[in-house]
Amino acid sequence: MIDPIFLAEAAVNGILLGGILALLALGLNLIFGVIDIVWIAYVDLVMLCMYLVYFLVQVYGWPVWLGGLAAIVFGAALGVAVHLLIISPILGSAPINQLLATGGLLFFLQSFATFLWTTDHRSVRLSLPSLEFGGIFLPLTRVIPFGISILALIGLYLFLTRTFVGTAIRAVSQDREAMALMGANPRRIYVVTSAVGGLMAGLAGALLIFQYSVHPFFGGQFGPLTFMICVLGGLGNMVGAFVASFIMSEIISIAGVVWSTEMGYVIAFVVFIVMIFARPGGILARRG
Amino acid sequence: MARLLGLALVALLLVAPLLPMAGMKQYVLHVAIQVLIWSFIGGAWSLMGRFGLVSLGHGAFLGLGAYGAVLLWNFYGLSPWLGGVVAALLTAVLAAVVAYPCSRFQVVGHYFGLVTLAVGEVIRLLIIAERSWTGGSLGVSLKPAGGDSLVALQFADKRVFYYAALALWLAGLWVWARVDRSMARSAMEAIGEDETAAASIGIRVTRFKIGITVLSAVLTAVGGVAYAQYIAYVNPDTLSGIGVSLRIVFAVVLGGMYAMLGPTVGTALTIALSEYLRIAFGLKLIGMAETIYGFLLIVFIIFLPAGIYGSAREWLRRRRPATVAA
Amino acid sequence: MSLLELAGVTAGYGAFTALWDVALRVERGEAVAVVGPNGAGKTTLLRVISGVLAPRGGTLTFDGAALAGRPAYEVVAHGIAHVPEGRRLFPTLTVADNLKMGAYLATARAHYPESLERVYGMFPVLAERRGQRAGSLSGGEQQMLAIGRALMSRPRLILLDEPSMGLAPVMVLRLFDLIRRVREEGYTILVVEQNVRQVLKLVDRAYLLEVGRVKMDGRAAEMAEQDFVRKAYVGL
Repeated sequence: MIDPIFLAEAAVNGILLGGILALLALGLNLIFGVIDIVWIAYVDLVMLCMYLVYFLVQVYGWPVWLGGLAAIVFGAALGVAVHLLIISPILGSAPINQLLATGGLLFFLQSFATFLWTTDHRSVRLSLPSLEFGGIFLPLTRVIPFGISILALIGLYLFLTRTFVGTAIRAVSQDREAMALMGANPRRIYVVTSAVGGLMAGLAGALLIFQYSVHPFFGGQFGPLTFMICVLGGLGNMVGAFVASFIMSEIISIAGVVWSTEMGYVIAFVVFIVMIFARPGGILARRG
Repeated sequence: MARLLGLALVALLLVAPLLPMAGMKQYVLHVAIQVLIWSFIGGAWSLMGRFGLVSLGHGAFLGLGAYGAVLLWNFYGLSPWLGGVVAALLTAVLAAVVAYPCSRFQVVGHYFGLVTLAVGEVIRLLIIAERSWTGGSLGVSLKPAGGDSLVALQFADKRVFYYAALALWLAGLWVWARVDRSMARSAMEAIGEDETAAASIGIRVTRFKIGITVLSAVLTAVGGVAYAQYIAYVNPDTLSGIGVSLRIVFAVVLGGMYAMLGPTVGTALTIALSEYLRIAFGLKLIGMAETIYGFLLIVFIIFLPAGIYGSAREWLRRRRPATVAA
Repeated sequence: MSLLELAGVTAGYGAFTALWDVALRVERGEAVAVVGPNGAGKTTLLRVISGVLAPRGGTLTFDGAALAGRPAYEVVAHGIAHVPEGRRLFPTLTVADNLKMGAYLATARAHYPESLERVYGMFPVLAERRGQRAGSLSGGEQQMLAIGRALMSRPRLILLDEPSMGLAPVMVLRLFDLIRRVREEGYTILVVEQNVRQVLKLVDRAYLLEVGRVKMDGRAAEMAEQDFVRKAYVGL
């Protein structure tokens, strides 16, 4: 029998991971909700931002907070670049072409990263203490990123509900044409949305590099997980993605302790397949 | 005229292995076999793709087929003829499980692409996770049967594989033609146009969608078995996951999704391209070949959205003055 | 110079032509109706004016500016607000947020508080329900919100597409009273309607559109005498 302490620790770790997964899932969902295109290469953008933080902090000795800030700005810039260079030309194309375009970007980014930095794993060394609660050890390298991700999610919520641009983004995702009738140039809103999505990728990258090592195929680890979360929560559904992030992270974390890390993924897969069968619209199904 | 050309092409393909090739024969046969098998797989994918069911997870079916047959042979000595059937059945079940809710609840377009992508990736993760019997990321080699064996589908001579692949490829074309001419095709097109209208005139939308998905999946699995038998080695990254799934889709779209030879043309071109890049770069600049491949993929999709067939047809149409007034 | 002037406008979708050689004008302060049977092209006409659909031929002048083929977000900036068919509200956004979006234009945003007060003054129901999701409002309230949203952009011309559609007869009367009030505030209005009888009581002039062409036009009182209106009574 597993020591309940380990289970409790795994459960808490699951929550800590869930926060960052939520950033990824919500970023992807935001872009899909507004522009109606799935960025298959989204987690590879995260990978690039992780490399940026690695080089700035580990190699060039920048302070951590500055490196993180740079990642956020870089992420937003990447988001805009991807939209203008790749998405904008194919906005009217068939879905299959749009998917292939972002898929091609995935190949490109993973190979280019391999070319530039080889497949070596890189990570940032931070010696931070761990918090202790009744036998459970929680490394600060996980707690702090969780805290930041929650703050970011709150910030996103406020942005989308309280600001003009944020409300406009929500409006466009519901009715593009009606918003054009209000005087909004949809293209400009797409750029802002892409910047926000990229920003979240950048932040996620900055938070992840302190817990995981980066390599060109990092997207292969977290990509499928992000996609599963988005489908589980209902593609385009922000609240659903938030909930699904924690469900998935809990499954992986707890199963990882009871059996093995890989079994965690297997069980998450089974849950995913069952959920598709039971509730294809996502756990909080909302159509469109 | 077209029929004559077709027969000439088939005849050429039949005698090709017997022609002298200045010592390059082994290499040419190797590439030709790959082109034939992957064209077959591409054709299988296009059965779904042409009706708007864009799957980005065909790697799942490929992997299940390949690993199924190889592992059954390695562990139980089950002939890949039978192992392939078992693997194909497994694949059919997976396809049905995924297709049923998707078609009942009208999961289409990007959403469907993402669901299938997730499934494909998960199969890959599963293979890696169960490394004790699947070999994980290192892959697994086919246990040698010790000599040529029809039962074990292992041959020393590439030419045997070549003819087998040719037969497979032709069989794929035959299936494609049958589907093209069948009731299923009209039904699927109606569904693609307006699903509700199609349902209202009695077309069993769900049944057709599941049927086409299962057919496509099973054929893909068979392709996977064939590839595994030829290469005699399976690996989760070459036979499952998003990478291979995207490559299949790209080849078909590039060649032309709606034409019988579209997948073949596209596959031949993409394999030729990647072979060229691989040779040109060799071991220098690791990753650059793939980078260029990815870059060209993006460029092609933006500037040649209808693929080669589609663009050629458009170009021809523009040369010929329109005879019908708008 | 008329506020809005169309000449020779031809437009359609793909191979299908919905409007043929349409000429129309609206003077400042006027209320003009476009009536006609289903499929006559009335909605297409409004979409051409507001920029959602580019015409194939003809001219469109608004206050001297040539607007044919300009995109919708530009047309709005010139002062034309379009209340679309079916209202097209943002269902999960609140009443207040919907109105806020109406003031998206920079010029409108500058006067946002006053515009909001004005709209709440004209439609007190909206003020009461300002925190409620637009999708949960009744049909009549939704129409009010749609009109209020259009007013937030401080337009000079308001296009109304089938405002009475989907409303109970009692609501329809109240709606036309509302439109009358909007008109009294000084707005110029172009309304497309199938409810011929009601709309002719409201406007100064009307155009009859049939199969994409202007069959007849004139002062509302004269139009009300015409056969097609009598036929419409019988049909109703």
